[in-house]
Amino acid sequence: MDAEMRELSYAQAIQEAMAIAMEADERVLLMGEDIGVYGGAFQVTGDLVERFGVDRVMDTPISELGGAGVAVGAAMTGLRPIFEFQFSDFATLALEQIVNQAAKMRFMLGGEVSVPVVMRFPAGSGTGAAAQHSQSLEAWLGHVPGLKVIQPATPYDAKGMLLAAIADPDPVMIFEHKLLYKMKGPVPEGHYTVPIGKADVRREGSDLTVVATSIMVHKSLEAAQALQAEGIDIEVIDLRTVRPMDKRTIIESVKKTSRLLCVYEAVKTLGVGAEVSAMIAESEAFDFLDAPIVRLGGAEIPIPYNPDLERATVPQVPDIVAAARDLVRGAR
Amino acid sequence: MARKAVLEKAAPTNLPFAYRHYDAGQLREVLRKMYLIRRFEEGAEDCYMRGLIHGTMHLSIGQEASAMGICMPLAEDDQITSTHRGHGHCIAKGAEVRKMFAEFFGKTTGYCKGRGGSMHIADVAKGNLGANGIVAGGIPIAVGAALSAKRLKTGKVVVSFFGDGANNEGAFHEALNMASIWKLPVVFVCENNGYGMSTSTARSTAVRNIADRAAAYSMPGVIVNGNSFTEVAEAAHAAIERARTGEGPTLIESKTYRYRGHSKSDRNRYRSKEEIEDWMSNRDPITLFEAELKEFGIIDDSGIEAVREAVRQEITEAIEFAKASPAPDIGDLQNYVYTELA
Repeated sequence: MDAEMRELSYAQAIQEAMAIAMEADERVLLMGEDIGVYGGAFQVTGDLVERFGVDRVMDTPISELGGAGVAVGAAMTGLRPIFEFQFSDFATLALEQIVNQAAKMRFMLGGEVSVPVVMRFPAGSGTGAAAQHSQSLEAWLGHVPGLKVIQPATPYDAKGMLLAAIADPDPVMIFEHKLLYKMKGPVPEGHYTVPIGKADVRREGSDLTVVATSIMVHKSLEAAQALQAEGIDIEVIDLRTVRPMDKRTIIESVKKTSRLLCVYEAVKTLGVGAEVSAMIAESEAFDFLDAPIVRLGGAEIPIPYNPDLERATVPQVPDIVAAARDLVRGAR
Repeated sequence: MARKAVLEKAAPTNLPFAYRHYDAGQLREVLRKMYLIRRFEEGAEDCYMRGLIHGTMHLSIGQEASAMGICMPLAEDDQITSTHRGHGHCIAKGAEVRKMFAEFFGKTTGYCKGRGGSMHIADVAKGNLGANGIVAGGIPIAVGAALSAKRLKTGKVVVSFFGDGANNEGAFHEALNMASIWKLPVVFVCENNGYGMSTSTARSTAVRNIADRAAAYSMPGVIVNGNSFTEVAEAAHAAIERARTGEGPTLIESKTYRYRGHSKSDRNRYRSKEEIEDWMSNRDPITLFEAELKEFGIIDDSGIEAVREAVRQEITEAIEFAKASPAPDIGDLQNYVYTELA
């Protein structure tokens, strides 16, 4: 590890990225519910209000639609707002501004404006918050041209991709898995960016390509480690960006391994894995496939409250191990 | 207010606001622009009927005094957000009609390079951040623009135009509340033309006046006759000054009427011919304004005829410009979705 690398949690890494951007640029400001003295529902903004004041760490009323719209209008006219949704589920209250306004404004106006807004969405299950506070809706927003949608999986990427998002002239939606907030990892000091639209090969392997998103990257790496003992060599790709998707990295990997498993937490049907699968089926990598493409996604149900039911709703390490083994052994 | 009453009120020592505040040249320009709005929309309607323009459009014929009265007190770099019925706002804020027609014709010389059409007409250089196809969609955006003005200390004021229908959208309430708690330099202008598509405000809205909603957000609520340029301008002037001096937002309800249907599919089943005829014959904003201008010796009949002729010519030339302009290249289909990197 470099001398300037420390271990930071994912939440701390995001906070550091916001602080760096706010120090460097007066136009950057934070908006959201209870992000000021409360520090945010997940303590991501933490003490930033003490450093930057209430004018730049703005508590909004509980008005997701209006708040998102204010952020869009501010972004169109010279500010660089970072809008925190308390839970990604609350995007449903603000879809009008995200989908009809932020995503389309530049296009509708023939390129006369840009909308450099960043929206942060704490997402995913595993906290016992039940059906309305645990969803993974990244595919919803990923369907909309004009938006960029990212899912950093590590503290390093969380900081670097957020800094890239703040510098981006277009609206960037960041889905942050709530269970990752406390995960620690090496994070360099100072400013750096991790490009949007670039997947990362987290583990090289020859037998199977796993394309995973967000927390599923870590579960897939764990599964790969377990299968190593069985002589199965898995490549794990962290998709990192839902839109625009890094097709090339996935295509090259599948051409090498001839097998593809997509692992994601969102409801399986019509999710990110469907897009990855279809993309490979349409690509030159199709001819290299030795087995059907397999998707492991969330169950076709709302997220339940009971912890055992909740765990059973989304892919877990044993599920990934079993699916990967079946694929490589030809049981599929 | 009846024309006669206005004139009686207009003793030289107590002239209506506009005649105290603007000089003769400015007032004649207001008349020219009101004609420009009306003839632009009549021209657009004609082009639509002849199949030269596709899609749909929402005409504001009958509401010209409202657009001009609100925009006249604005500075050039002040900003507006507009609505699906936004042609008048666009022209009032300074747009060129030839670039508007070009947009309606879907040409690259249009304000949105043929990507937006009537419903997204904008003129960012002149401060028009765009018409909006979503009812109340532009209201929070205007509040965001006002937040920029306050934080960046630009001194700009933002006006958000919307119709009576928008006052029942959640975005309206959320936006007014935030503008008030943060004391932002924004003016909310509800052009109440009596109907949200076919549903009258009496049937859709629990309060008698939309301006009554202002009390819920601790801001002044002002009702004006939207067909009187001077009444609208007076209220706008006060609200814009209040916003500019940091006192916060105002809600202006401009009561007016649209002569045409909601859009091109409207068969006018929800209102009577007599009602429409009454507004057109007795409360037309241009007729009213012309009478005042003549009364105060600002223009005479030949002057008015000259204005009409000049506008007629400008509209004809603008349509020709639009027709002669190039269509977008299909190869450019992907343009403007994301900001092009230099």
